[in-house]
Amino acid sequence: MNSGDDAASSAANSGPPPSLEWRFSQVFGERTAGEEVQEVDIISAIEFDKSGDHLATGDRGGRVVLFERTDTKDHGGSRRDLEEMDYTVRHPEFRYKTEFQSHEPEFDYLKSLEIEEKINKIRWCQPANGALFLLSTNDKTIKYWKVQEKKIKKISEMNIDRSKSPGINSPPSSNSPNRIVTNGVHADYLSNDFPFPAGGIPSLRLPVVTSQETSLVARCRRVYAHAHDYHINSISNSSDGETFISADDLRVNLWNLEISNQSFNIVDVKPTNMEDLTEVITSAEFHPIHCNMLAYSSSKGSIRLIDMRQSALCDSHTKLFEEPEAPGTRSFFTEIIASISDIKFSNNGRYILSRDYMTLKLWDINMDSGPVASYQVHEHLRPRLCDLYENDSIFDKFECCLSGDGLRVATGSYSNLFRVFGTSQGSTEAATLEASKNPMRRQIQTPARPARSMSSMTRGVRRGPESPGAEANGNAYDFTTKLLHMAWHPTENSIACAAANSLYMYYA
Amino acid sequence: MSMVDEPLYPIAVLIDELKNDDIQLRLNSIRRLSIIARALGEERTRKELIPFLSESNDDDDEVLLAMAEELGVFIPYVGGIDHANVLLPPLETLSAVEETCVREKAVDSLCRIGSQMKEKDLVDHFIPLAKRLSAGEWFTARVSACGIFHIAYASAPDLVKTELRSIYSQLCQDDMPMVRRAAATNLGKFATTIESAHLKTDIMSMFEDLTQDDQDSVRLLAVESCAALGKLLEPQDCVAHILPVIVNFSQELSSDSSQHVRSALASVIMGMAPVLGKDATIEHLLPIFLSLLKDEFPDVRLNIISKLDQVNQVHSIRDAAANNLKRLAEEFGPEWAMQHIVPQVLEMINNPHYLYRMTVLRAVSLLAPVMGSEITCSKLLPAVITASKDRQVVEKMIRPCLVELSEDPDVDVRFFANQALQSIDNVMMSS
Repeated sequence: MNSGDDAASSAANSGPPPSLEWRFSQVFGERTAGEEVQEVDIISAIEFDKSGDHLATGDRGGRVVLFERTDTKDHGGSRRDLEEMDYTVRHPEFRYKTEFQSHEPEFDYLKSLEIEEKINKIRWCQPANGALFLLSTNDKTIKYWKVQEKKIKKISEMNIDRSKSPGINSPPSSNSPNRIVTNGVHADYLSNDFPFPAGGIPSLRLPVVTSQETSLVARCRRVYAHAHDYHINSISNSSDGETFISADDLRVNLWNLEISNQSFNIVDVKPTNMEDLTEVITSAEFHPIHCNMLAYSSSKGSIRLIDMRQSALCDSHTKLFEEPEAPGTRSFFTEIIASISDIKFSNNGRYILSRDYMTLKLWDINMDSGPVASYQVHEHLRPRLCDLYENDSIFDKFECCLSGDGLRVATGSYSNLFRVFGTSQGSTEAATLEASKNPMRRQIQTPARPARSMSSMTRGVRRGPESPGAEANGNAYDFTTKLLHMAWHPTENSIACAAANSLYMYYA
Repeated sequence: MSMVDEPLYPIAVLIDELKNDDIQLRLNSIRRLSIIARALGEERTRKELIPFLSESNDDDDEVLLAMAEELGVFIPYVGGIDHANVLLPPLETLSAVEETCVREKAVDSLCRIGSQMKEKDLVDHFIPLAKRLSAGEWFTARVSACGIFHIAYASAPDLVKTELRSIYSQLCQDDMPMVRRAAATNLGKFATTIESAHLKTDIMSMFEDLTQDDQDSVRLLAVESCAALGKLLEPQDCVAHILPVIVNFSQELSSDSSQHVRSALASVIMGMAPVLGKDATIEHLLPIFLSLLKDEFPDVRLNIISKLDQVNQVHSIRDAAANNLKRLAEEFGPEWAMQHIVPQVLEMINNPHYLYRMTVLRAVSLLAPVMGSEITCSKLLPAVITASKDRQVVEKMIRPCLVELSEDPDVDVRFFANQALQSIDNVMMSS
């Protein structure tokens, strides 16, 4: 299950792995029946950290909530307790850790525009010294947060009992103007050459600090602001541990985590005349291994792979990934649904997963002629594109994710459904699950055509079992319940996804 | 709670404010730590104040930074060199915090203290500290470890020396790029303490590991240490060991390596020229220089990645190369330059790509003062005038170049420069 092997090579020998059976694990923030969802609580970002021990969610109200894993040795009970547990049932379980207000709504007075506090993306950074670090961003500003256990200090045994000191009318608070004293007659004692007695002054005491409790404190360490004219859609950390990129509709900027007042623009697709604008940047990500490579996707359905070593301003891309249009399929909506809403690199850096409105596509970075696989997410919606255009749903931006081992990919859909596909050669795995306590309710076990070989030049297209446009009891799709945000655990087959304000977790 | 005598009130307040909620007051107290130390006396400073500071390691960065700085000059207050080792524990803690400026200051202070410590104390206290930091769980400690090895090594017994070299070599291959970067930055410094026998083997193999690292930033910093390493080796060893690495490097330069690596390379090679001497320079370094002059890309982009503060004057590879040609000419004299540099430079004036021509003009403006007025007038200026017909180049390079030359001390140079400026204006007006 977690072999970590390259998907293609592991499958080549023994056929595709068996399909996963998904089970509900946990839910956080579930609404009670009839309870109204508060807009500010709607989850807008989900991200596991590199170790898989922590999960972060961001919401429209600018809050970040952290969860930590409870089922590992570090968090669990004694060794004997763990040994007594039934190991075959173990799967990642999380509990609430802490939360903080990351962003506040702002008003841009120059442009008379309100800047939403909604968290667009969260990315974890390298932990250090027992503290957690992450980047969170809204439309305009990125922030670097440190979350740490801090001792709550109690000071005792001071030299001066302020309430008893003669001639001082200062309240026993830290704002007391007791500096006045030192400007007076006794200033001599504070000069560098005052002759203190050799053994020092015995009556002076150092404050004694007692600290019993600790609490989790989140501190904003850096604010990276004023570098984006347009809405930030992505942030991504480099493998060098020191830099990251942020992308808006027209530009990608490179930052050093330590330096918040300076960024370098490395991609600029703004045309000289804005009327000539036809294509915008929709997502950007650093290569997981090569610190000089990054990919970004566009609203026209193309992906560009950039090598920063080649030029300062990376307008000349190194590789362009585009699927040639199948003849005769063009419609009014073709261009709109071609827009890529999210891209993700596989952990081995060899593949890029992209999500456009109707499909998931898997690209081999060594092959730019077309994707190696294509998965249809909700093909039954195709006849209804007109309605979807009318209610703006056609512009919904769904995220996508790959499993840590690269064997599977997943993405969300409407009616709080999400889909999981197997990427191995010959795999027919295609699950449909609902973000609820009964995820398997809608899963239909009809067989599908197997996927073609990933290494072949022809593209494999898979439909797989999917819920029909109307399910068994004829309910239509609910376009207001869309599962846009999800994340796959880095090492386990565990998925976290958001249905409005509720966080659902599943394992297989 | 004890009441102190009224005259001692200010000191007492100063001490109490070490733990005040107001950061400004804490800072003020930390900056006057020496007064507090003298008020407590040497023994109490050692036994109470220093441990107190060790425990305050989760204060705000500004406070920690001030603490790290103070501790670096605290030897007199703890009773002199013999007691210097009590300052190590708080600095060890500070050198592992995640705020870089605090870490760097702590490492600085550790080096400052270590360089004054007696050998026995170094062996008993400093070296174990270095080993602990390099085995630290978090990368922050391991980064700092790289910065103190040069102090630890010198007074270590032979067996420990071997161990330290081996540890440093592991740091050069650490999982975290930050640690490898620190190892690369400090390699030159570390190498100065190493015996020549081990230089050629251990250090050179660390150097080669780092120059082949897959992180840009690591390779860059390793190349930086070339000049430092070059100075430590005999010229023939230099040629044998370092030059091949540089030459290999520069061959990669054509497309694969990053441009700021190349830019740093240009400066570094200059550091090697005096070491190598004229012949080796001509044979090995000049071709690299001239190829750098033809470099494709105008911008050295990202000093931030490697934090190359020392190269902040250099804005382009070609600029670097042009500057270095000038320095070569200064080093080896105008006749030598006339023979070996000027012809190749002038040849490029006819290159179809305007950026090459711009570089030539830049090089010319730098070389002119070095070459002297005769060569400038007879060889360099004509090339400039020819290039003045190039519109693109004119405003950006030629005019500033000529304006500079029009202020040359030599009357003939001024004359020709002004002539050139006038002819440019005529060309501009008529088109």
